Amino acid sequence: MAETAEKTAIPTQLPDAGGHFGVFGGRFVSETLMAALEELEAAWRKYLADDAFVARLDSDLAHFVGRPSPLYLAENLTRKVGGAQIVLKREDLNHTGAHKINNTVGQALLAQAMGKQRVIAETGAGQHGVATATVAARLGMKCVVYMGSEDVRRQSVNVFRMKLLGAEVISVEAGSKTLKDALNEAMRDWVTNVDDTFYVLGTVAGPHPYPAMVRDFNAVVGREARQQVQEEYGRLPNALVACVGGGSNAIGLFHPFIGDDEVAMYGVEAAGHGLSGHEHAASLCAGRIGVLHGSRTYLLDDDAGQIIDTHSVSAGLDYPGVGPEHAWLKDSGRAAYVGIDDEEALAAFHELTRSEGIMPALESAHAVAYGMKLAAGRSKDEIVLVNLSGRGDKDINTVAELEGMTL
Amino acid sequence: MNRIDARFGDLRRRGRCALIPYVTAGYPGPDATVPVMHAAVEAGADLLEVGMPFSDVMADGPVIQEACARALEQGTGLQEVLAMVAEFRRSDAATPVVLMGYANPIERRGVARFCEEAAAAGVDGLLIVDVPADEAAEMRAELARHDLHQIFLVAPTTTDARLKRAAALAGGFLYYVSIKGVTGASTLDTASLAPAVERIRNAAGVPIAVGFGIRTPEHAATAAESADAVVIGSALVERLGKTDSPAAAVDAAREYLAPVREAMDNNASSKRDAVSA
Repeated sequence: MAETAEKTAIPTQLPDAGGHFGVFGGRFVSETLMAALEELEAAWRKYLADDAFVARLDSDLAHFVGRPSPLYLAENLTRKVGGAQIVLKREDLNHTGAHKINNTVGQALLAQAMGKQRVIAETGAGQHGVATATVAARLGMKCVVYMGSEDVRRQSVNVFRMKLLGAEVISVEAGSKTLKDALNEAMRDWVTNVDDTFYVLGTVAGPHPYPAMVRDFNAVVGREARQQVQEEYGRLPNALVACVGGGSNAIGLFHPFIGDDEVAMYGVEAAGHGLSGHEHAASLCAGRIGVLHGSRTYLLDDDAGQIIDTHSVSAGLDYPGVGPEHAWLKDSGRAAYVGIDDEEALAAFHELTRSEGIMPALESAHAVAYGMKLAAGRSKDEIVLVNLSGRGDKDINTVAELEGMTL
Repeated sequence: MNRIDARFGDLRRRGRCALIPYVTAGYPGPDATVPVMHAAVEAGADLLEVGMPFSDVMADGPVIQEACARALEQGTGLQEVLAMVAEFRRSDAATPVVLMGYANPIERRGVARFCEEAAAAGVDGLLIVDVPADEAAEMRAELARHDLHQIFLVAPTTTDARLKRAAALAGGFLYYVSIKGVTGASTLDTASLAPAVERIRNAAGVPIAVGFGIRTPEHAATAAESADAVVIGSALVERLGKTDSPAAAVDAAREYLAPVREAMDNNASSKRDAVSA
């Protein structure tokens, strides 16, 4: 880890006024969106400093989402692995089954405060779409969710959940028919309907202020975990582990620990069929710096600069870019990024399900898999804290299909 | 002198509003682009915009998305686009060419290298849709080194502060996006256009082009009353997409653009008093 060279920039004070994390981030969008982003940034800054707004947010997180989510010592898994204690942050127990709701509750309240009556969202695995449709139902807002047609097929249960919640789900046929294309389409909708529409972006990617705003709404995960681990174990963990697609659950966990130099941080990307080929979604492990979806970050493209199709067994990690703050954490050396392939993630899915009675989302199974690897080489006194970002109910069709079953 | 400046100077003297057709390079096929560019000039185009295909054209509507996807499938990348411009330049030394596209392919090729190659090919300006004035500093120096203009967009939602910044950095012309939306998404709101152009004119010293909602000769004529240039993109690209040979694409471009030019010229007399010297 780089410990001295990067001390000058304090990551918790990033981004700068233009939304930059070092060379990353920024606002690489068409002029047609700039006014909307400036309006959003002003509202975010205003309401996050507004006691009444923050009280309402905290109340919703407690009573609607079910926070705080517990820490859970995975004793059976720890025993099997035979190394450091594996502790899970149970975001899977949140209302709607993942960390995504932390952000959508916040953004929906912001939309309401700004007087916007229509919310739109992109979704990959469907968790963010469900979380957006959920808060829209509660606040009586019209909700449109864009989803790549490939993901619509893979995540039919979540599509139906969104429809039950009153959302319109638009299947996107463009490009690779996955998350990146859904994001393009949501941006196009926003540009067209900017007066009455709030774009609830689901990850820490996109143009400023989204990376910082979505981080702030998810940082409750890390704040809680930091307090809980100190209360329950009397100290900070040795390592944090979280899966990274766009990177919202990881940044939510990492951010409150950034100043704790003794806590190592590992972001786990989807290595798909292996990092040596092209069938993965590991932009930090195997990508290059470029511009996608409004920010400068690591991404996966070909030599002509065209964004390439990614692959992961988990729809929520199937994204060719990554949040710019992760790019900054990688280059500064504060966090390390690693890959877990489809097979390892599936094995961890089964392992956690059978040994602890906890069925993780396939996204989170990547973090579990790496957490097990990391714990294996360590002393029993150490703590490896894994963010269990979502539950696996949505993935049972995918798992069944991979095992040759039809449900 | 940059060809864009020379051309707008000449047009001002002649009292003519510029017609700027947009074509996606390599669409409907790689052989069609250069013949269509020449045909557009013959049909009355004064400048040309050439789209550089990209996989994730966030600010573009379905027509240009489809055009980019098909052009990429047929292998039209930046290198091919530059070769097309160079070929066009061999028989047209005067008509300015603006490349329109997105940042990532240019960054991958290298901004400095791309600017050098673009200038050598005969390009006169760049409009990088996802590089607004705020993020333009790096590219600006390289463009200036090669006398390439950086064209910026102005939207109906652009604040006075942002307009001022874009006006200060603008080279060549400012491109007013006449609708809230993506390319080709809806049609021109004629009532709000003249005051919007006037507002930009008060802030900027460069010519003003209007685009993003202009589909018919009537729209073009209306826009020509207040603007210095009219950009036609999706409506032309849509017609080119229905052709199956370069010759048919050339015919389609001529047939579509000639009436547009005529309608703009017929309206020319009413425009001239609106232009300040």
